[in-house]
Amino acid sequence: METSKLTINRIKEYLSQGKRFDGRKPEEFREIFIEKNISKKAEGSVRVKIGKTEVLVGIKLDVGEPYPDSKDKGNLITSAELLPLSSERFELGPPKIDAIELGRIIDRGVRESKFIDFEKLCIKEGEKVWTVYIDIYSINDDGNLLDAAGIGAIVALKNAKMPKYDEKEETVLFDEKTNTSVPLSDNIPFSITIRKIGNKFLVDPTIEEEDAEETRITMGVSKGDIMSSMQKGKETSLTIEQVSEALDLAEKAWKTNWPKIEKFLK
Amino acid sequence: MAKEFKRLDGRKVNEIREMEAKVGIVPNADGSAMFRFGDTIAIAAVYGPKEMHPQHSQDPSTGVLRCTYNMLSFSVSERIRPGPSRRSSEISKITEWALKPIIDIEQFPGTVVDVHIQIVQADASTRCAGINAAALALAHAGIPMRDLVSSISIGKLDKQLVVDVNKLEEDWEEGEGATDIPFAFTSQGNEVSLMQLDGKISMKEYKEAVKLAHEAIKKVYEVQKKALKDSIKDIGGED
Repeated sequence: METSKLTINRIKEYLSQGKRFDGRKPEEFREIFIEKNISKKAEGSVRVKIGKTEVLVGIKLDVGEPYPDSKDKGNLITSAELLPLSSERFELGPPKIDAIELGRIIDRGVRESKFIDFEKLCIKEGEKVWTVYIDIYSINDDGNLLDAAGIGAIVALKNAKMPKYDEKEETVLFDEKTNTSVPLSDNIPFSITIRKIGNKFLVDPTIEEEDAEETRITMGVSKGDIMSSMQKGKETSLTIEQVSEALDLAEKAWKTNWPKIEKFLK
Repeated sequence: MAKEFKRLDGRKVNEIREMEAKVGIVPNADGSAMFRFGDTIAIAAVYGPKEMHPQHSQDPSTGVLRCTYNMLSFSVSERIRPGPSRRSSEISKITEWALKPIIDIEQFPGTVVDVHIQIVQADASTRCAGINAAALALAHAGIPMRDLVSSISIGKLDKQLVVDVNKLEEDWEEGEGATDIPFAFTSQGNEVSLMQLDGKISMKEYKEAVKLAHEAIKKVYEVQKKALKDSIKDIGGED
């Protein structure tokens, strides 16, 4: 159900007094719940709940040909589906722009941070490399699917184990997982999306807050203040001062919320 | 930051490639324009406001801005398979968002303003060239606008910020490599309507990139403004 104008106005009124409906601070995420290994067949998988928002993220690996411009590197393919099961707002059919954008934002966060060491995913230069698939499914949309998906992607990657590869037969033995993890670096991109509602900025909106937002900026932030990816979404422009304010809030949000995620990455 | 940074094509760090803009290049369209940064050429055509099809996409409360960005199959070294891709869908959407703050089409309920952008030749910064051409085409079509939009890319090559990256710079590999940071600003309102980032940059450096883009945008705006004025001269109007 669409959020009523009345509720949106009330959200803005509260925010102008520095308050959110659920009493959270601007930089505070809802409770983050992470469950690993939710699907045995996947190389890595995770359920992420942020409040009532829930996504499933699975990692599959396969051996294929490298792209001509990266002959000695593995491939990454990220896709997202906004399932009709997760909200009456989502409809069946081929991916629409929301799902395409979600997949591309998460892909950019993972790829640009160099979190995955793609060179180590090369089996034979120019011929055989591993392809990493990150597949994201929404299970319940109560706002901020973006960051839930971003958190899911990094935890699932960390959780993933390579399947066995039979070099003679040139086949992947999916049912014989090794103990080898996917080669990763310590540049872990934490997806933080700053939302602008009226003149206020906040993170991790509920669906009502998300409906009230005028614009959003998603950043992949690692080590506190390094950004590797960014995307401004929606059609309201920002002053230069507001851009600064958004970056400062992202830095604060990283400090506050990163420890809650980091413990699942060990 | 190093004072004397050598760019591959000899430009200064804040120097934009040669720019060219022309308004009125597609006679059939309600408005059209070309914008060029060096070897990156974008054309844009506007049709509308016209009745929105499919009908279920109509909005009875306002007109709708619909942008389509596409690269011609031969615009890059390795042929692009024709038709929409995930990349082009996303760029279409962010182009729409970049332009929407200045467009005033609430007064045309049930209609659509279609903006078709084609990249004819690509040497990086194609979305920026596309947005610049689209803003001109919208103005040329007489769509009610509060301002113009001007777009530029900032690059970070290793540790050096530069204005308007070309393809060679986009593929920079030394040091920290290349970071690509496209921006769009409302030309006079000085508000940011497009921000993206691919690469690696600190929050502090990013704030510098915003300032650098804001300066560069003024030159883009001058080129756009001149093209619009010239188009009026061409039909015999007064400057």
